[in-house]
Formats: sequence, C-alpha cells, structure tokens
Amino acid sequence: MNLELFVWLIPLPPLLAFFIILLFTRGNKRLSDIVAIASIVLTWVLSLVVFFSVLGIEHFGETVIESAVTWLPLGPTAETSFRMGVLVDPLTAVLLFFVPLTATMIFIYSSGYMASGHYWTAVIPSEEHESPEAHGAEAHAAESDNGHGHDAEVLVDDFGQKVTRFDATAWKARFMAFISLFAAGMLILTVADNLLALFAGWEIMGFCSYALISFWHNRVYPNQPKRITPNIAGIKAFMTTRAADVVMLLGIVWLWSYTGTLNFREILYDPETLAALANPAFPNLGIGLSVGGAIGLLLFAGTVGKSAQFPLHTWLPDAMEGPTPVSAMIHAATMVSAGVYMIIRMFPLLTVGFDGHTFTPTMIVIATIGAFTALFAATIALAQRDIKKVLAYSTISQLGYMVAAVGIGAYVAAAFHLMTHAIFKALLFMGSGSVIHAMEHGEEHAHEHGHHFPLDFDAQDMFNMGGLWRRIPATAWTFLIGGLALAGFPFVTAGFWSKDEILADAWAHAPIVFVVLAIAAFLTAFYTMRQIGLTFAGEPRTAAAEEATQTDWRMNLPLIVLAFFSIIAGWIGIPVGFLGLDGIFRANRFHDFVAGSLLEHPETLQFNWIPLITSIVVALAGLGLGWLMYVRRPLRAGEEDPLLRVLGPFYNLFANKYYIDEAYDFLFVRPSQWFARNVSYLLIDRGIIDGIIHFIARSTEWWALRNKDFDTYVVNGGADEVVEGIGGLSNAFKYVQSGRLQQYLAVVLTGVLMLAGIFIWAIFLR
Amino acid sequence: MIPLHWYLIVAGALFCLGLYGILARRNAVAILMSIELVLNSVNLNLVAFWRYLAPETVNGQMFAIIVFAVAAAEAAVGLGLIISIYRNRQTVIVEDINLLKW
Repeated sequence: MNLELFVWLIPLPPLLAFFIILLFTRGNKRLSDIVAIASIVLTWVLSLVVFFSVLGIEHFGETVIESAVTWLPLGPTAETSFRMGVLVDPLTAVLLFFVPLTATMIFIYSSGYMASGHYWTAVIPSEEHESPEAHGAEAHAAESDNGHGHDAEVLVDDFGQKVTRFDATAWKARFMAFISLFAAGMLILTVADNLLALFAGWEIMGFCSYALISFWHNRVYPNQPKRITPNIAGIKAFMTTRAADVVMLLGIVWLWSYTGTLNFREILYDPETLAALANPAFPNLGIGLSVGGAIGLLLFAGTVGKSAQFPLHTWLPDAMEGPTPVSAMIHAATMVSAGVYMIIRMFPLLTVGFDGHTFTPTMIVIATIGAFTALFAATIALAQRDIKKVLAYSTISQLGYMVAAVGIGAYVAAAFHLMTHAIFKALLFMGSGSVIHAMEHGEEHAHEHGHHFPLDFDAQDMFNMGGLWRRIPATAWTFLIGGLALAGFPFVTAGFWSKDEILADAWAHAPIVFVVLAIAAFLTAFYTMRQIGLTFAGEPRTAAAEEATQTDWRMNLPLIVLAFFSIIAGWIGIPVGFLGLDGIFRANRFHDFVAGSLLEHPETLQFNWIPLITSIVVALAGLGLGWLMYVRRPLRAGEEDPLLRVLGPFYNLFANKYYIDEAYDFLFVRPSQWFARNVSYLLIDRGIIDGIIHFIARSTEWWALRNKDFDTYVVNGGADEVVEGIGGLSNAFKYVQSGRLQQYLAVVLTGVLMLAGIFIWAIFLR
Repeated sequence: MIPLHWYLIVAGALFCLGLYGILARRNAVAILMSIELVLNSVNLNLVAFWRYLAPETVNGQMFAIIVFAVAAAEAAVGLGLIISIYRNRQTVIVEDINLLKW
C-alpha cells in the first residue's frame, strides 16, 4: 500500500470529473451527478485511508508523508531545482478528514437541491415576440418553461422590467462540473507541500467561486432594483479576493527571494530558516518587524480577502446569491477554510520571534483584525432578515475567531475550530437550503391553490417563515443541532469545545481579545436562537410557509450525517484535566496530534475555570435571551422585529451593514469604473492604441499608393516609351525600302566597295 | 605582244560602263543589255589572263564559254520576266515597278 501514491491521487478524481462532465456528459443530468458523486466518494475513501494510516504512525509530525518531483530545473544540480509535490503532516491529516467529508455531503445534497426550482429572469426584447407555445416545443427545457408544462407568462414589474420564470435546474451538469473543480482545487491546496501549489489551488477556487456564485447568471429580482444580482455578486467576490491575492503573491515572492524555497518543511520545520526569518525587515524604522513577520502580513492579506475579514468582508454576504450548496461549499467547508488553513500552516512564519509571551507586531495585527471582525460581523447578523445572510455574517464572525486564535498563538485551537466550524456551518447552510426549498415548494403549492404572491416575494426572508418545525421536522432538528453547535451549547456540541479552547487561550495570553470574543459569542448564541425562532417556531406567517414541504432524501441524509459529526467531533479535543472527562477520550488527542506539525510543540494550557464558565454563561445567556424574544412568544405575521425596539437606531445601522458597501462603492467602484471607461477605454485603447494602428494603416496605404504611381508612370510608362521609341525609329527607317531596284543595286555596290577597301587595307596596306 | 594590262583596262572600262548602265538606265531591257556588257567584260578578262599566263591549258576558254552560256540563259529568263512584268504593269521602266516597298 503506497501511501504517497494515494496522496497524489486524492485531488485527481474531482478534476477528472470536471473534464468528463463538461466534455461528455453535459447533456445528461443524471450521469453527471453520478460522475461527480463517484469522484468525490473515491476521494473521500482515499483520504480516509491516508488519514487512518497516519493516525497509527508514531511521532507523526517529525516523520511525514512527502513526495515531490522536479518541477523547474533552475540550476545545474538537483539541489537548486524547484520541486513541487505533496505533504501530509498532522495538520493536513485534519483537513483530509473533514474536507472530503463535507464535500461529499455537499455533492449529494447538490444533486437533490439542484433538481428543482425556478427564478425570475429578464425577457430579452428579441425573444418576447415569439409565442410561448413555440418555446415550449423546443427540445431542451429552458428559457420560458416554468417546469410544470405551462406556457411561460411574461410579467412586468413596477419598474417596467419584463420578467418570466426560468428553470433553475437547466444547467445542473455544469453545476456538478464546477463544484468538482472546486473540490479539486481545495484538495490540491490541502495536499500541497509548497506555497506555490497552494496558491494554484487557491486561485482555482477563486475562479470557481466566481463561476458558482454567478451560476444563475440570468437571474433578476423584480421590484428590487437595489438588490445585487448573481452576476454582479460573482464579479464582486472575484475582484475582492483577487485584490487580496496580489498582495499575497508579493508575500510569496518575497519569501522565495529571501529563503530560496517555498517548501513548507524547508521553511517552517527548519530552525535555521526560521532564525534567518527573524531578522528585522526594516532596521531603520525600528518597529521590530521581522522579515518573517512582514511576509506573514502580506500573506495574511490573502486571508483577509479569502476568509472575508474586515475590511474585505463585503463579498461574502453577496455571495449568498449563489445556489445554497455553493454557499455551503465555499463559505463553510472549503474556500474560506483555505484562507484560515493557510495562516495556520504558515504559523511558524507569522509568529517568528514569538517567545510565548510578547506578541510580535504581525500577531497583533492579525489578532486585532480577527477579533474586530468577529464582533463586527456578529452585530450585523443580529439585524438580518435573510436566512442565508445571517449564516454569512456568522461565518465571517467565526472566521474572525480562528484568525484571532492564530494571532494570539493558539495554533491547535484555531485548527480545531476550523474543523468543527466547517462541519456545523456546512450543516447550517444546507439546512437553510432545505428551508428555502421548502418555502419555494410551499409557494408553488399555494400558487396552485390560487394564492397570489407579490413579484418580490422572498422565500429566504425569515419574516415570511414561521412554524416550519411541524412542516419539515428533519430539517428543523438538524438545524437546531447545528445552531447549538454554532452557539457553543455546552458539552454536547463540537462548537463548544473548539470555541472554549480559543477563549481559554485568549484568557491566558490576551485578555482584551478574550473580552471581545466573549461578547461575540454571546451575540452569536443570540442571533442563532433568533434565526431558529423566526424560521421554525410559532405559526406560519405566510401562505408559503403554511404549505412548505421537503422530502428529498438526498437533501436530508447529509444533514443527518453532519449533525452526528457536529455532536461528536468536539470530544477529541477535550482539554487535559477537564473535570475528569478527559479520561473518556484520551486527554486532548487532537492537541497532541496536531501539535506535531510544529517544530516546537505549543504548550498545553493549564485548566482554568474562568474561560469555561464564561463560555457556558454567554452561550446559555444568548440562547436564552433569543428563546425569550423569539420562541416563547413567537412572531406573528406582520409584526416587526422585537429587536428594533431594543436596539433602536443601531438596528438600521446593523441591517445596512454599517453602510460599508455604499462607502466602497463611492470610494473604489465608481472611480474604477470612471477610470476604466475614460482612461483605459476611451483614452488609451481607442485613442492611443487604435490611433497608432490607424496611423500605421494610413501610412501603409499612402506608401502603397506611391508604389502604385511608381509602377504606373515609371515602370509601365518607361516600357511604353521604349516601345514607342523603337516604333518611331522603325517609322523613320522604313523609307529605305523604296522598292526601286536600281537603288538597291547602288547600295550593294557601295557596300562591296567598302568591304573591298577594308579588305585591301587589312591585307595589303598593314 | 601588247601588254596584258591594256586588255585589263579595256575590260575594266567595259565593266564600269556596264555597271553605270545597270544603275542608271530606266528601261529594263537596257539594264539587261548592260548586264551582258558586264559579263562580256568579265569574259575578256578571263581570256586575257588565259592567253598571257597559261595558254597551254583550256581553263580560260572553258570558263568563258560557260559564262557565255549562263549569260544567254539568264538573258532569256530576264526577257521572259520583263514581258511578264509588261503584261501586268504596262511598263518596263524599273523605277515604276516599286510595289515591294514599305
């Protein structure tokens, strides 16, 4: 059993599935599903084989699985060539556990989710003159067919936009292809042994996030002109992360030029390299920033973009425009995790010079941004109406937790929270997807019963829901479990253990961060219970909620599996000395396992009551307050949010996301668009470049005309002149032939005399 | 005997007269007569050289007789041509027979 081969093979099946689906099975949705799911299951099996194999290795971390090939022969010897390959160390093993697990669940979920649904699309003027019957007769079920065989009707919204229903399942094969590519990108990033391969996987996911967020690219929202549409959301996501990636690339380049390598083991596990990286970066400025720290800040910029930290967080809530499995994939299991994984992986680099007590400037920056983002996003989540937006801001907030953990030096805690968060956040997103599907089905059933919905009816608005506990119990229970895990309900949920560990570390090393994170934890628990209460409790507030149904097993099964893991996954991280519970599972196996990735093992924290009590108190208090406000007396139809009275003016501030999007639009987007139109396009492209080309064209034309003139007058003219000259000469000489015999004889006589004279002169007189 | 060159001078003079006649006479028959004169001058030259340089051979005489024969045949043909021309063009003045010109 060749483990290295298996590791190389792990990213391969989804990549192959991408190509196979796009090239061959695009017309067949069922076959595409099978190809995609088979590929991810194969990857999952391979990952589990590798994972369980490495669990049995002694001192795993000192010994790792690594394998590389020469990628670029940069010098004469093998030493100087650039090698790329795979690496499995304890941190990688953790990812290999939860990434394929969540990915497989999401793939199965997707094949169920993308099998039904409709949305509004704008009617293009050229198409509207064709009769709806003609559309229905076409072979592929697309454009104007609403899926039930009815003729498509064109409606006009209040702003004059013509819209019609579009079948959301029309492009299912393309969807499976893209999420396969996405999974391949994440796995490439996971098993990579150097920053460049990691960056390659990073960028693949960046592209796929664009492709998947704007998946329903023709979707429009009638009567909501300010609402962002999927195609713009995709561009926004890509642009924001891309801008961050440029800075990250600068960090990679600096690291390469400083150390000569990008290989993780060679940089992060080598004491000499780490010592060299501890040299000051800018000695003249005297700010104590080491080279490793500076590089770390640049790399961290990539994480700020990819993991949606303040100030580059704006793309993630708008990324909810993508289909819900995309949100689960991107914003829970994989892409945002990749940002955090990268800084966890580069932890020795970021924290170079950290002696366990004084934080380096880099760590201060990271911890500040992380803690601030955690609190900031939690406040915004309090006032959101859309079920997915709450989860989006929750994700930003939880990522802030992980980033703050890295910033304060809590390596293991960050990795632990990364794993548990991926599981329960994927569960929550998929649960919300089930809720949305249930609402949409309810809307269609109610529509059939004659109920009319306004054009801008939002199936995702929690204020349109209510009472879904009775309608979709499986979803409700699993969502509850996921929500409790997110809130950190004590002892029985994975989120509690991982969050507690971060809080314990913060209490021991950085009390300010502890306070901020504790407040954020309280808000998290509160808005989670608010979400559950608004969605599931009480009575249905609209006709759609009354008739909501969800029965697809492909959507329910992943929820159940992930709910199971949401409960048990935390128990491997029970800290040492914890109330005797650490005897059940050998105390903090997670810590010991993951700590092996680092050259210097991080200390095991002494057990302390204060963070434990704090996390239990804030979780229960938040949940309790939410229960009081939203579950004990559930909201009725038409009532406003009780939080409006509590928060007052802050409610609108939170609901409008502190108006940051509007500020960015004014500061960055409009100037960029102005620049793009007036400078890049009109001035440079049309004016200068086209001007040069037109000038060259005109000059060439002028030169060609001069050549033509030369040809006409000099060449042709000259030839004609010669011919005419000869003709003229001939005309002159023709009179010699007079026809008179005696003249001819006289000429002959003259010639003979001349010849005789020459003859005589030559022979006789010389 | 009289010197050879007296015969040659006479022959030369006859030749020149004949040549002048060829070139300057208008009537075609007169040109033919001038041609006969030239040929006869050549004969005279031949016989003179024979008699003075190699009288024991018959070369000179033979050559002269051949020249005579050729001259006679040529005169006959020439006259025939002149008759044919006269029948076509009603004239024997060579200056007027100039169709074969530019």
